[in-house]
Amino acid sequence: MLGRGEIAIVGAAETTQLGAIPGMSQIMLHADAALNAMADAGLKPSDIDGVACVGPMMPQQIAHYLGITPKWVDGTGVGGCSFMLHVRHAAAAIHAGYANTILITHGESGKSRINATPRPPEPESLNGQFEAPFGPFGPPTLFPIPVLRYMKTHGVTHEDLATVAVVQREWAGKNPRAMFRDPITVDDVLNSRMIAYPFRILQCCLVTDGGGALILTKSDRAKDFPTRPVYILGTGESVETNMVSQMADFTSSRAFRVAGPTAIEAAGIDRKDVDHLMIYDAFAHLPLYGLEDLGFCKPGEAAGFIREGNTRPGGKLPLNTNGGGLSYTHTGMYGMFALQESVRQMRGTAPAQVPGAKISVCHGVGGMFSASGTIVFSNERP
Amino acid sequence: MLAPGRAKPKPTPETKHFWDGCKQGKLLLQRCGDTGKAYFPPRPFSPYTGTRNVSVFEASGRATLHSYVIHHRPVPGFTPPYAIAVVELEEGPRMMTNIVECEQTPEALQLDMRLEIAFTPMDEEITLPLFRPAKGGR
Repeated sequence: MLGRGEIAIVGAAETTQLGAIPGMSQIMLHADAALNAMADAGLKPSDIDGVACVGPMMPQQIAHYLGITPKWVDGTGVGGCSFMLHVRHAAAAIHAGYANTILITHGESGKSRINATPRPPEPESLNGQFEAPFGPFGPPTLFPIPVLRYMKTHGVTHEDLATVAVVQREWAGKNPRAMFRDPITVDDVLNSRMIAYPFRILQCCLVTDGGGALILTKSDRAKDFPTRPVYILGTGESVETNMVSQMADFTSSRAFRVAGPTAIEAAGIDRKDVDHLMIYDAFAHLPLYGLEDLGFCKPGEAAGFIREGNTRPGGKLPLNTNGGGLSYTHTGMYGMFALQESVRQMRGTAPAQVPGAKISVCHGVGGMFSASGTIVFSNERP
Repeated sequence: MLAPGRAKPKPTPETKHFWDGCKQGKLLLQRCGDTGKAYFPPRPFSPYTGTRNVSVFEASGRATLHSYVIHHRPVPGFTPPYAIAVVELEEGPRMMTNIVECEQTPEALQLDMRLEIAFTPMDEEITLPLFRPAKGGR
């Protein structure tokens, strides 16, 4: 059994630039982040013996491009939270002795679309037969499908869902690397351009270029590295359905309810011990589902929890402190950036640092509620 | 007939009966032989118990509006704003669809409103199961 804190993050970095990077193709975004993470850890490609990344990029492409000879690879691809699953699988692999030093990479030319791969559903797939004919056009038309049911069930208002974006912009204002930093109001959100009712453009994530990379190894080796080690206390993962129309409950994600509590229980922590929380916010409803499904709020209480200021700067549960997918960056698979912010907070190097934070929970979603992965980090080894 | 441009489904051996049914004006669901519960999308075994003992039956075509978005950007085959809806069939399963013969506004599209099936041909091969407000209103 993998011990709490047995594995640590010893290298972490994003691409040198974020936002519009017209000078790099998708594979170079992976490599740029990987080189930065190796520099962060003081490692060379020859020191890495395990590689994970998510499709359309395959581990063999990354390994060959970077000059790595891996003895363990993982190409798990379940959408934007794939990196949480890679962290979980990598920790287990290091524990099992399959590899010693694992590199996880992400790069996506989401905005510039250089060597990016479009993936419309095949007409013979279940999505192609039973969703595509009815006019969905990418995540903005699919991810928010359950929102009106959630609002009716819990009495949540348009103002509540606008407040999520307003609070995250407050965090982004403290972060020089955030794409959108100017303060916004609930009225600004509710007067912004309608994309797919009930969501307007300020409730939808950004579309950017960028990437990130992580390096994991045994915590016993962590003192050999130049940065403060960030220990993995617990992990969880699950999937539900690739078709948002077939989610069992439109007010709650089964994948969240499995991955989140699995990670928190494995970590042996109480929810009140959590100092810092990341919940992948591709759209404004996701922090509400995450707060409730991970057990930080009771069903229907997350909107009030955010409205009352608990997740704001100075609140008792700082949430999405980089500004999130709504204001920081979103390449298409934001999970890597949520993990990077958790690592920065645990290292004490975040632009909007939570003073004295010791435990960070990082929760990801993939593919319109298809999948979920959760990691609990700490800067103290149990 | 629907405007051209929509993504066209391509039936597989496991779903052909459903699309054949739509062409004949029948909404065909399947029922688990162990639990008696209906399920969708089509597959030749039960997602509840794994049994291959399943049967095809004709659903009532009655449903309620479970949730939706109203998309405001242009998509081939659609004139914005248009709603992408999920309906809950009387027999239990939910499916994605469009709501026709109804204004595409939050005021007209009330959650839990009663709907009925409106089979609408895409071309000679495919008929889509769309829904309209039920006669007699909510």
